[in-house]
Amino acid sequence: MNDRLRKLGPLTGLVFVFALFALLRPEHFPTADNLQLMLLQTAVVGTAALGMTIVIISGGIDLSVGSVVALSTVIIALLLNAGAPPLVAALGGVVIGSLCGLVIGTLITRLKLASFIVTLAMWGALRGVAKGLADEQMIIAPASWLNGLLNALTDDQRWMLLPPGVWLMLILALVVGGFLRYTQIGRHVVAVGSNEQTARLCGVPVGKTKLMVYMLGSSFAALAGVLQFSYLTVGDPTTGAGMELDVIAAVVIGGASFSGGEGKVSGSLVGALIMTVVANGCTKMELPNWVQEIVTGGIIIVAVALDRFRHRKIE
Amino acid sequence: MTLTMKGICKCFGATVALGGVDLRVRGGEILALVGENGAGKSTLMKVLSGVLEPDAGTMTLDDRPFSPRNPQEARREGIAMVYQELSLAPHLTVAENIVLGMEPVRFGLVQRTTMERAAFEALSQLGHEDIPVGVRVDSLPIAERQLVEIGRALASGCKVLVLDEPTSSLTAGDIDRLFVLLRRLKEQGHAVIYISHFLEEVKRVSDRFVVLRDGMSVGEGTTGSVPMQEMITLMVGREVADLYPRSERIQGDVILDVTGLMGREKPSSASLKLHRGEVLGIAGLMGAGRSELVRAIFGLDPVRRGDIRLGAYSGPASPVRRWKQGMGMVSEDRKNEGLAVSLSVADNITLSRLNVFGPFGMLFPDRQDKAAQIWIEKLQVRSRGPRQPVASLSGGNQQKVAIARLLHHDVDVLLLDEPTRGIDVGSKAEIYRLIDELAANGKAILMVSSYLPELLGVCDRVAVMSRGRLHPARPVKELDEHTMMMEATGAA
Repeated sequence: MNDRLRKLGPLTGLVFVFALFALLRPEHFPTADNLQLMLLQTAVVGTAALGMTIVIISGGIDLSVGSVVALSTVIIALLLNAGAPPLVAALGGVVIGSLCGLVIGTLITRLKLASFIVTLAMWGALRGVAKGLADEQMIIAPASWLNGLLNALTDDQRWMLLPPGVWLMLILALVVGGFLRYTQIGRHVVAVGSNEQTARLCGVPVGKTKLMVYMLGSSFAALAGVLQFSYLTVGDPTTGAGMELDVIAAVVIGGASFSGGEGKVSGSLVGALIMTVVANGCTKMELPNWVQEIVTGGIIIVAVALDRFRHRKIE
Repeated sequence: MTLTMKGICKCFGATVALGGVDLRVRGGEILALVGENGAGKSTLMKVLSGVLEPDAGTMTLDDRPFSPRNPQEARREGIAMVYQELSLAPHLTVAENIVLGMEPVRFGLVQRTTMERAAFEALSQLGHEDIPVGVRVDSLPIAERQLVEIGRALASGCKVLVLDEPTSSLTAGDIDRLFVLLRRLKEQGHAVIYISHFLEEVKRVSDRFVVLRDGMSVGEGTTGSVPMQEMITLMVGREVADLYPRSERIQGDVILDVTGLMGREKPSSASLKLHRGEVLGIAGLMGAGRSELVRAIFGLDPVRRGDIRLGAYSGPASPVRRWKQGMGMVSEDRKNEGLAVSLSVADNITLSRLNVFGPFGMLFPDRQDKAAQIWIEKLQVRSRGPRQPVASLSGGNQQKVAIARLLHHDVDVLLLDEPTRGIDVGSKAEIYRLIDELAANGKAILMVSSYLPELLGVCDRVAVMSRGRLHPARPVKELDEHTMMMEATGAA
């Protein structure tokens, strides 16, 4: 019972919801095109979830993700309009994102404020910055290859197997997973989330570690902004409203714990996929939007309840 | 290797925490640091480990001046602390915990094999090669976690190992193993500073002792040559003439009658009868199911089988019902369960019975304070007044607040789970006196304790619990520590 429960992780949940919709809609749901579509739909939230995984493992939370995504799209559009090459524009968005993280991390470590409060404030403030920079309007940007990151593959692109934006997410997931597992800094992130006092006692640079955690979190949010820009093809200061909650939900469904120390990159990606599959499947079932929302809410409860139950069993 | 601390002073505002303490410990020696709570032991150790900077005084380590500015620096110099609350990162593996903060790294990557070898070496130095270095710490039993923490101290090359109340959550067997280990470390040339409330343990394991009282070192000596009674006198600064007072108690009717009680996992079978005017003790090892028994009686844990009769009541139990029926409980987990530590003394004392302070669910705080003040005086709770938050009281005074709640509620049956755990001798004596007084006044008291001498001193009868089974209670006259331990370990 115990062992079986432990293995009944998020992946089982993903297989279950996928199989369910595959059975209910065999000719529309499990097609190659729809699979690709679902991966594309996951890329933005999935990429932001990588950063959120790091933040939540360190025992913190980042509520500013959606606003950073919007700010990032605005910065990219502005830079493209100013004549910057696409790569520079994208990097510009990420750099601004990491600066947001620097501010968040500094406030948390220097002023000793709770991450919830700081990022709640930044959630509002950064949205305001994005709107101000964009003059509260969408910014039309010249077309570039950035717009193609999240397009379905054309026939002569088949050799790529997956769209570039999806590759970006998957490769970064491997990098973040390795970072958390095999690097000293990564283990320090886990140690800080697991028991901050012990980490401090043992000489782990807790402040620096946290600063880096929030810089990474916001950088990944800004990267998600690059993908969001690719999808929108414009800079939009109102995009990504409420996205932080989807991102947090993905990480939590993936088995992370708000008390820190616990969480997996693979789990977070699976969590993001579960949410996409449910949304996509409900659409294919021609269920209205409100049904999807109720189902997604239910899944969060079930996932976390199962996780709690598993942990209680182990204890 | 010698560590000396000379004339260490530390003040917090107007409060003098340390008023010139001298301490010296050599390699190959176990020094016990004893004293009541608030005597300055932890402040002194915080100075030693670099958490606090002393206002005056000098420290030398191997004849070189030693003044760590932070814990990392002290750790680098060879001072390692093993805290009462285990300070491990539960989500990391044994090896990762042992090398935390000094991981072997190449290009930012942790060298796993080097790390695990270092961890293995530290653990084998302790004689515990059997602890797997690759598993997560939260999957280990508590005693092994402590070994991991000591392993971490060794791996960091510690010269002085400080253990703060290391046995408070260990079983008797684990304590024996810990002592073997400490002697081994001593033979390897380490200096050990051992802080404990349990003077029996101090007697068993230490070579020398230093007594602190009110921030001053008031005595030291060779452990073997000084009787325990004398140590207690030094600690409390007065003769504790009779640690266990015993008034005339008149045993009344049975008020609590438990038959064949079976909980979710523990207890597996427990029967007892508690009379008015009686103190019934429950002895046993950690994990024997004693707390679970008390919790099941109070309705906190589920009951699978068996009957509990409390006076005229026999229905299902819940804390709400139990309070109404005149039963109260003091939890063994003072900080998390027993008290709402961020609330005031008055709030905590009156929490279970607020309806007497005003009509229609309204509350007059001054009446609440007045009621609390009565108990503060009666139990000699040392506080600034009823509005002081409980968190800022010492352990002994916190415990008095926890017990005062039962008295404010005026219960007939008191369930006390480890009522003297982690509190100083002076407070213990006051709590023993209080228990005696309550019993003499006809209250019924069920008391769980791991500390056998206190059970023998305070109780009328004691029942031993072993692996979930409660043995029949016997009068203390027929019992001694040896027979109780035999029963508790299943050897009887």
